[in-house]
Amino acid sequence: MTESFISKSIKRNEDPRLLTGKSTFIDDINLPGMLHVAIKRSDYAHGRILSLDTSEAKKLPGVVAVYTAEDLGDYWHPGPLQVPPPTAIKGSVFYARPLECIAKDKVRYSGEPVAVVVAESRYIAEDALDYIYLDVEMLDYVGDLEKALEPGSALVHEDLESNLAADVVQEAGSWDKAVAEADHVIKKRLVVNRVAGAAIENRGIVAQWDDNMKILNCWATTQGPIPMRNSIAKYLGLLENQIRMMNPAIGGGFGPKIMSSQIDDVIVPWIAIKLGQPIKWFEDRRENFLGTTSERDQVHYSEIAVKNDGTVLGVKDVFYHNTGAYNPYGMTVPLNTQTHTVSNYNIPNFFTEIKMVFTNQMVVTPVRGAGRPQGVFVMERLMDAAAKRLGISPVEIRRKNVLQPEAFPFHTGIIGQDFVEGILDSGNYPAALEKTLEAIEYDKFKNEIQPKLRADGKHSGIGVILFTEGTAVGPYEGAKVMVGVSGKVNVVCAYSNQGQGHYTTFAQVAASQLGVKVTDVNVVIGDSGQWQWGVGAFASRGMTLVGTAIHQASVKVREKALNLASKLLNAPVEELELNDGVVRIADIPEQFISLGDLAMKANPTRGTVEEGMEPGLEAASYYGPPHGATGFGCLGMILDVDAETAMPKIARLVITDDCGTPVNPMIVDGQIHGGLQMGIGEAFFENLVYDEYGQMVTASFMDYLFPQASDMPDKFEVKHMVTPSPLNPLGIKGVGEAGAIGVPACYMQALEDALYEHDLDIRESSINPSKLFHYVKNAKSA
Amino acid sequence: MADKVNVKITVNGKLYEREVEPRLLLSDFIRHDLGLTGTHVGCEHGLCGACTVLMNGESVRSCILFTVMADGAEIRTVESLGTMDNMHPLQEAFQEKHALQCGFCTPGILMTAVEFLDGNPNPTAEEAREAIDGNFCRCTGYENIVEAVQLAAKKMAAH
Repeated sequence: MTESFISKSIKRNEDPRLLTGKSTFIDDINLPGMLHVAIKRSDYAHGRILSLDTSEAKKLPGVVAVYTAEDLGDYWHPGPLQVPPPTAIKGSVFYARPLECIAKDKVRYSGEPVAVVVAESRYIAEDALDYIYLDVEMLDYVGDLEKALEPGSALVHEDLESNLAADVVQEAGSWDKAVAEADHVIKKRLVVNRVAGAAIENRGIVAQWDDNMKILNCWATTQGPIPMRNSIAKYLGLLENQIRMMNPAIGGGFGPKIMSSQIDDVIVPWIAIKLGQPIKWFEDRRENFLGTTSERDQVHYSEIAVKNDGTVLGVKDVFYHNTGAYNPYGMTVPLNTQTHTVSNYNIPNFFTEIKMVFTNQMVVTPVRGAGRPQGVFVMERLMDAAAKRLGISPVEIRRKNVLQPEAFPFHTGIIGQDFVEGILDSGNYPAALEKTLEAIEYDKFKNEIQPKLRADGKHSGIGVILFTEGTAVGPYEGAKVMVGVSGKVNVVCAYSNQGQGHYTTFAQVAASQLGVKVTDVNVVIGDSGQWQWGVGAFASRGMTLVGTAIHQASVKVREKALNLASKLLNAPVEELELNDGVVRIADIPEQFISLGDLAMKANPTRGTVEEGMEPGLEAASYYGPPHGATGFGCLGMILDVDAETAMPKIARLVITDDCGTPVNPMIVDGQIHGGLQMGIGEAFFENLVYDEYGQMVTASFMDYLFPQASDMPDKFEVKHMVTPSPLNPLGIKGVGEAGAIGVPACYMQALEDALYEHDLDIRESSINPSKLFHYVKNAKSA
Repeated sequence: MADKVNVKITVNGKLYEREVEPRLLLSDFIRHDLGLTGTHVGCEHGLCGACTVLMNGESVRSCILFTVMADGAEIRTVESLGTMDNMHPLQEAFQEKHALQCGFCTPGILMTAVEFLDGNPNPTAEEAREAIDGNFCRCTGYENIVEAVQLAAKKMAAH
């Protein structure tokens, strides 16, 4: 048996390089003759450009060039859309307004690029920004999602009749029927706040045109190197293989690094070719806050129909989704909201409608969670409201309605971000609920601990919620696996790594087939010169899609190696074993051949070529799932609230997660920890806030509260279940977003329980002491 | 543009004499003038801590210091710790505890921890957590970092 490294917590291959400061991040790339770019951004949220004067900036010593939309001539054009609108949903409306790389006639959000300075140093480039004068005719700011759709509102895109960007209705069963049969229909208006991806490394790109080879070398922090390369090729009229797109080490992604057709990838390569010098742009933190992308920000009008015995008959949810000034990422985020609303429960009737709205705000694209937390927040808040109305416990109503294990595969009837019906592939949701209740000692807390605390005047509450995580969506990924003459293995793929540990987990998959050490597998990710088919890092799909492609390719390479060894050792394949980098005859261990020697022999010399020959111990494979694999879990939290300061502290946090086969359990836990941190940030600390004029007032870490070490609970209590996905040979599901999804919903349930005497009704996904004070005050006066 | 200023700064034991603009940030000097790119820049506001280095033994945010302010000083960066083949116990502990994911904030956290463990060779989890509170990490949720700092203390005591 070849040793398997699957489900083993192996130390990461990439760590020594990262820990010693030897990894190359985007801003570490310095090329001879390199020039630096700084971007002039609009200070106005909404206005018609009257004039844009760059003449003074151009005169500054050290400034090489300044470009505006006008200077780009015919090269300027919007888009394309990065994700097309869904065609599979009947009756859906989508008004495509892809990004403008640089504003031409109008500015549509504060932070939108209007000019680009190229200079000998970044310092000089930034100096020059102050000498560019933008004059606009101010237009009314569109920021309120509901008012934006009222007649008479200013229009973000004046060629449209309204600010409606899309309208999508989906219904499974019949909401009307649910209402007719229900004993209670409870309505809630729920608001979800807006958060930043806030990777510690900002975005960046370096482009260098090699005029002899006619090759554009590009390094970018993109989560989707191949889509970005293809977009650049289309813009510049180059063949795809004239652009070598490379991911350097990337300092976190969390979503916003997926975007292309932005100013960086449209303009920087163009300048590099025009000036014949390497160009670097590295975003600063203020730009990241103002001009990258961010997410959440929805307003839900939701209803739940229940019977007196706690049976949920139906849910209706009509929600406004802020897409910002453009909608380049299609419907991905709100479709995720639709597919993640009822998915934990057996609810026969579900009506859901998206109203996507254009506003004068930064563009919305996925941030870790990507629409899922909103759906879960709505559902779980509705469940809490129903439980309260019926006088039953939050746990009881969940137990009663949770989807049962025999229901899988479960057809939801709701089309998701991959444009096919959401099918929950496998799972055991009640088990996750019970495991969490047991771990957090729910009954003991409610029956023994909490009454004592309350008697002492202390405020401590508990929350338990369920979540699903749709992961591993298509379309596809691919990889190539090759054994080198040294006996070491090379894996190349076009994914993108921002810290998920792929240099180790992908190696574990290949090593498990090829009988080598994990440290002897070299993984190349995101170098289009080495591999050029794939889509990118989003929707927790890397391990499942790329991992499966690597597995399949490794199986082929293994077969090739064994077949060749069989010939050379004169022994049938069944009698061979592959371990420690050599193929041996199992019963005659002294007869063996190393993988390196096999690789050498696999490259035929003159006179040895047989018909149908494929050289090399090498194989490629692709994997495109029919639909995504759905992870799931349950979150429990005990929250202590200081009644005087309204400051909550998480006393315990238990999560049960099932992501199918965990390839590296240590890394799975790490993903969950990081997700929980973002969820806690969202529930209590982080908020992107625009003022009434469309100015972002939280555009630095002074005002945007980034969750710090002391803001976390002492311990994340992570429990696991393993329900392998039937969709792929290793049974993997994704886990990258799991931790982030359920926290706000759980937090609010626990908070209401802690402050039970005020009978709070928390209707937003983010709270803080000041808001809490007002909730309590309003509750007292009610 | 102001005249350049001559500075003498010792970085990781090596003396560098350079002409710099008075406004040049210490982080840019370390990264781009000296090519020591292990020190990272995440916010340029002195808040995220990615650029943390030691100046005369004390942790500082190199993104909010001008290079001229470090004239005559001794600077230590992540490159002064171990090498890939022979890591510092702190670096080993970070790998063993999975205390890094993307690794971008890590050099700043390591330098913060070097100073901390110097003054507190046997910290409690609470003390370790407090010590790294000023360093932002988006990937790990901090728990593994706290454990790694404690493990490093044990490793260093055993050395």
